[in-house]
Formats: sequence, C-alpha cells, structure tokens
Amino acid sequence: MNAYLAILKRDLILANRNRSALFNPLLFFALLATLFTVATSASTEMLSEISSGIIWVGALLASLLSIDNLFRSDYEDGSLEQWLLSPNKPTFMVLMKVLSHWLVSGLPIILITPLLAVILHFPMTGLNVLVLSLLIGTPVLSLVGAIGLALTLGLRKSGMLLPLLVLPFYIPVLIFANNAVLISASGGDASAQLTMLLAMLVLALTLTPITVVYCLKLSLG
Amino acid sequence: MLRFLHQFASPPTFYRRSAQLLPWLAVSTLLLILFGLYQGLWLAPPDYQQGDSYRIMFIHVPAAWMSLFIYMVMAFSAAVVLIWRIKLAGDFVIASAPVGASFTFLALITGAIWGKPMWGTWWVWDARLTSELILLFIYMGIIALNNAIEDKQLAAKAVGVFVLVGVVNIPIIHFSVEWWSTLHQGPTVTKLDGPSIHQSMLIPLLAMALAFKLFYFLVAIMRVQNRILSDEQNKTWLKRLLIQ
Repeated sequence: MNAYLAILKRDLILANRNRSALFNPLLFFALLATLFTVATSASTEMLSEISSGIIWVGALLASLLSIDNLFRSDYEDGSLEQWLLSPNKPTFMVLMKVLSHWLVSGLPIILITPLLAVILHFPMTGLNVLVLSLLIGTPVLSLVGAIGLALTLGLRKSGMLLPLLVLPFYIPVLIFANNAVLISASGGDASAQLTMLLAMLVLALTLTPITVVYCLKLSLG
Repeated sequence: MLRFLHQFASPPTFYRRSAQLLPWLAVSTLLLILFGLYQGLWLAPPDYQQGDSYRIMFIHVPAAWMSLFIYMVMAFSAAVVLIWRIKLAGDFVIASAPVGASFTFLALITGAIWGKPMWGTWWVWDARLTSELILLFIYMGIIALNNAIEDKQLAAKAVGVFVLVGVVNIPIIHFSVEWWSTLHQGPTVTKLDGPSIHQSMLIPLLAMALAFKLFYFLVAIMRVQNRILSDEQNKTWLKRLLIQ
C-alpha cells in the first residue's frame, strides 16, 4: 500500500514544484469558454441553453490535452519500466497515476466551474448537478484517456492520433452528463442520469487499469 | 480441430487454400449481386408510400448490417490475436478495417440520399445515424492507429486492444445515443419500421446482404494475401510458389 501512496505523493510533489503548469488547464478552460461566446451571438438565452455543453466540452478537452503528463515523463526517464518490473500490482499503480492526474488537472477545473457558470449565464438551479456530473464524469475521461495514451506512448508523432482514438469513447459520458444538467436546470430529477454516470465510472475503474497495463507493456516492448 | 486451425493459419497454407477459394467467391458474389439487383430493381413492386425511391434500401440496409458485422468479425479476430497470438488473425483485422469503414460510409451516404426525398433533409441527428457516424470515426481511428505504428506485429496487437475497447463501448454508445436523441428530438422522425416486409422485397434484400458478406470476405482475403506477399517476400515457399 505504501508503494502506491508513494507514487501519489511523488506526483503531487512534482506538480506542486511546477505550479505554473497547474494553471495551464484552467487558463485553457477559461479561454475556450470565451472563444465560444465570442464565436456566437452571446445572447443570454442562447448561452443559458448551451453553457453546460461549453463547460463540459471545455473540461473534456482540457483533460485530453493534459493527459500526456500522465505517463510521458515516466516513460522517457524509465521509471515506468521499473514500476512494471517491481513486485507491486501494476493495475493499482495505474489507478494511482490516474488519480494524481485527476487531482492535478481535473479537480481544479471543477473548482472554477461555478465561476464560469456565472459568466456563461448558466441557470443556477442546475449548478449542483453540473458540478456533481463533472465530479463523476471527469475521472472516466481520465481513465479512458489513459488507454489512448498508453497505446500511443511509443510513437514519435502521436499528437493528433490520441484525440482521434479517444474522443468517440467520450461521447456516452458527455451525453449522460449533459442530459443530467439540462434536466436539473429545468427543475427535473436527474438521479437516473447521474446513476448511469456512476455505473460508467465503476466500469471504467474496473476494466481500464487492466487494459492500460497491457498497452503499456506493448509500448515498452 | 485446433490443430487444423493452426495449420490453416500458417501463411503458406492460407495463401494456397485461399487462392483456390477466391474464384468461387468472386463468381458467387457477382451472381448474387446481379440476382439481388434484378429482383430488387425490376421485379419487386414499388412501395405504396415511397414509390420507387425505397429501392435504395437494397444497398443501404445491407451496408448498414455489414458495418456492424465486420466490426464483430474484427473483434473476434482481435481476441484471437491477443489470446493465441496467431499472426494471420491480426492481418485479417487490419485488412477488414478499410472494408468496414467503406460499408459504414456507404450506409451513411445512401441514407442521406434516401433521407432527402423521404424526410426532406440530408441529415438528421437521429439515434441510428449518430451511432453509425461514431462507428465510422472508430473505424477511422483503427486505420490511423495501424498506420502510425511501424512495427507490424506491434501494430496488430495495439489495433487488437483498440478494437476490443471499441466492442465494450459500442453498445454503451448506441444506448446513450438512443437515450439522447429520444429526449432531445421534438418532432418525431418518420422512420421506416413499417409492418413486416413483403416477400418480394425480402428476397432481394437477403440476397444483397449475403452478396455483401461474400464480397467482404473476398476483398478481405485478397488484402490479407497482399500483406502476406509483402511480409514474406524473402521466404523460400513464396519464391517457389511464384516461380511455378
């Protein structure tokens, strides 16, 4: 157990030492929201209708763009290989890596979501569900993204490939999350959609670590 | 049985056996397509609502069936690659992907052509259309992944994992898209799930479906043969075979 906690601690310390990198996903998230409003008529009615979509797509893209930090440096300096050779369970190592990645780049985005919700005229009745759906949904995105990253880790030019592989599998999360938000914003009960999101999280938690470990072994040769 | 399969999966045996099979496949594909088209385009009566424009169904519906059928065959072969490490199965997965993508594209295009006179629009964000489009993206991802990895053995395994990840996800995607579009679509789209189809239309439909399946195996086997030719160009068995 200590070995896994050590990974988590190490990654969090590393993230803390490089604080400017911590703000990059946040900045990207805010910029994307601005782009959407500038590119449309930015009327209050339309924004309140599409703001949950903007926030979710922004969170999704920010998670996708930062997923490279998950294994890339460990792959390049060889510590990933040492981890797979060590007697510790590689699946738990993957889970810890994903958890630390989510804490560093997923959670901050959720924390500034209320702020963005205000400037995007998001109907405040749905804010709780919006934050809750992000809390449940973004870990799924990180887990699925880890598969894509592990598959493309050994490739020199993987920049555009990773999103192509991963984005189709993000669609169900996006659908259920957005649905939950829209329903609760109009005063309905979104527990069914949130339960579906939870089911996806459980499925991703159980199946993706095994797949990621297999892909990492493939990439390491 | 397993020994037979193992022998069959060795490239020299497969190359020779499939070369014998190809002419039969080609002829029966051609005959079935001609039969299906003749039955469908001339003999079948016009639909009482849609007139003659329903006849695109004989291409559209089998193509849509094929898009899923090929994915299932690919998933099965991918499992064979990862479990028994049979190289030929990997070749088959990679050879199938462009064929699957083409059938998916064909289904989408014919659907759009059919949709224009029937629904009055080329494209609707309907559950079936959307999940078919996502399937096309997944096929494209498979092809892109295979092209990005230089080592062919590694590419086959990576593609295999990705195909299996897709197989877990496709039902989830399909289900979620259905949920999404039924909640979002205000006006109901007039769909073609009319009552049971008449025999004069069913026979050409099934003939075309079978013809497409044979066509897929024909093209996939030819593509696998090409891969064998390029992979094993320095092997003696191939040189001897080509000299004959």
